[in-house]
Amino acid sequence: MTKRWIVFSMLLLSAVPSFSDVIHREKSLYRNIEVQETGRDRCLVFAQRSDDRRQSCVNLKNPDRVVFSYVRMTFAGLLLNERPGSILIVGLGGGTLPSALGALYPEASIDVIEIDPAVVRVAESFFDFQVSDRVKVWVQDARVFIKRAGRRGDQYDLIILDAFTGEYIPEHLMTREFLQETQSLLSNTGVLVANTFSSSELYDYESVTYRDVFGKFFNFKLPASGNRVVIASSKPLPDSRALQAAASRLSVPLSRFGVAIESFPRFLTTRSDWDEDAPVLTDQFSPANLLKNR
Amino acid sequence: MPPEAAHQKPLKQIGWVVLLLAFTSGFIIMSVELLGGRILAPYFGSSIYVWGSIISIFMVALSVGYLIGGRLSVNQPNLRRYGIFFVLAALGLLPIVFFANQAMDAVFMAIDDPRYGSLLASTLLFFIPTAILGMIAPYSVRLMVNNTERSGQVAGGLYFISTLGSALGTLLTSFYLVLWFEMNTILLTMVTVLILAGALAFTLGSKRS
Repeated sequence: MTKRWIVFSMLLLSAVPSFSDVIHREKSLYRNIEVQETGRDRCLVFAQRSDDRRQSCVNLKNPDRVVFSYVRMTFAGLLLNERPGSILIVGLGGGTLPSALGALYPEASIDVIEIDPAVVRVAESFFDFQVSDRVKVWVQDARVFIKRAGRRGDQYDLIILDAFTGEYIPEHLMTREFLQETQSLLSNTGVLVANTFSSSELYDYESVTYRDVFGKFFNFKLPASGNRVVIASSKPLPDSRALQAAASRLSVPLSRFGVAIESFPRFLTTRSDWDEDAPVLTDQFSPANLLKNR
Repeated sequence: MPPEAAHQKPLKQIGWVVLLLAFTSGFIIMSVELLGGRILAPYFGSSIYVWGSIISIFMVALSVGYLIGGRLSVNQPNLRRYGIFFVLAALGLLPIVFFANQAMDAVFMAIDDPRYGSLLASTLLFFIPTAILGMIAPYSVRLMVNNTERSGQVAGGLYFISTLGSALGTLLTSFYLVLWFEMNTILLTMVTVLILAGALAFTLGSKRS
């Protein structure tokens, strides 16, 4: 009986056509890039491994809708600053974030840092990402850009760190010194949002490092998602009533992106659920890629 | 006993010391090179050109070191001078520990392009210690060679042992050392090892003369 079921399901599986079409493939200096189409979704895929979910997707029927939950979670940073005038995004991906934030805040200036020129080309050709006077892309190492911006005295109201593909972590973007340099770019009302790691020993080390630089921050995890977003601020963190009020005001403008912002505030916590004795990551000690696998 | 044979025997005895020290210098060269990427990353990123800078500077420094070491081996090669190379290499590594950030800061402010920035910073930080470590290789050959017939075999054995040291230095540093220790701890340990190696060679050399 069981055997027949196995045969039957195997037949069924082989009958389904491979539903992911590769429409573009290129090898860049840093990685293999693929653009795949699955039904209505077009996705940017970096790692070829199936367990790598850190990619960018766009729904072709409804391009405004943000497909990935961790990207939607990034919008929680707006709860602490509803009108950022200047935005810095580290990591372009398919350009989902700069496109959405550019549409949401037509007055804001947005700087995007992306190390890989091939990713910029792919975002422009396949994901309708557009560079303009307001939305600029800098093909550079983020550490170099941020250090220079700091010396220039540049300030941003919103900084989003989204530079981690899951396959290889740029270790110099995880350290206390890097976070301090990033913190120095935050304006008086500035907010930092970081898509970071939610599992492995790296979670402890990273959390301790953020605490060390920013003090208390909001640790944001959604029950259905395996991601964690860190939200830190130059100002003291708002209380839950202020968060809920901001969420109500943002819910209408964010609805077109499929971001259910009103459900976010109750998942924002400052409680630590990590090993507080883990060492801080520094420029002297940052074995992030080795820790990721433990 | 002919004078040449009398000269040979003690040299054979010090053969293992030279091999051990050649292994050590091979290990340290690659370990420092690997750490170089980490040292430069906060200022110049970790793009491929940063590695390009580091590797080219190491290659140039080693080639200069080979030349100088070979030249110095001509006149009265001895273990004391050999030991001094190790101590000098140790001293050459110290600025990386104590002045790397100041040096990179200055370069970062002076040069916008991170390619040339990383090239200059690599030169400032790594050229001198690597060149001194490079001097050790040909000098080791000279210390161990006692006749032309076997010179190729001796050189081969030394390349073997020092390159094996390099492989191990690369592997241990990237797999374990950076996970266990801060970079400066690793560097200062290598400084200590080099000084001990130098002292060993110097002491043995003094006894022999």
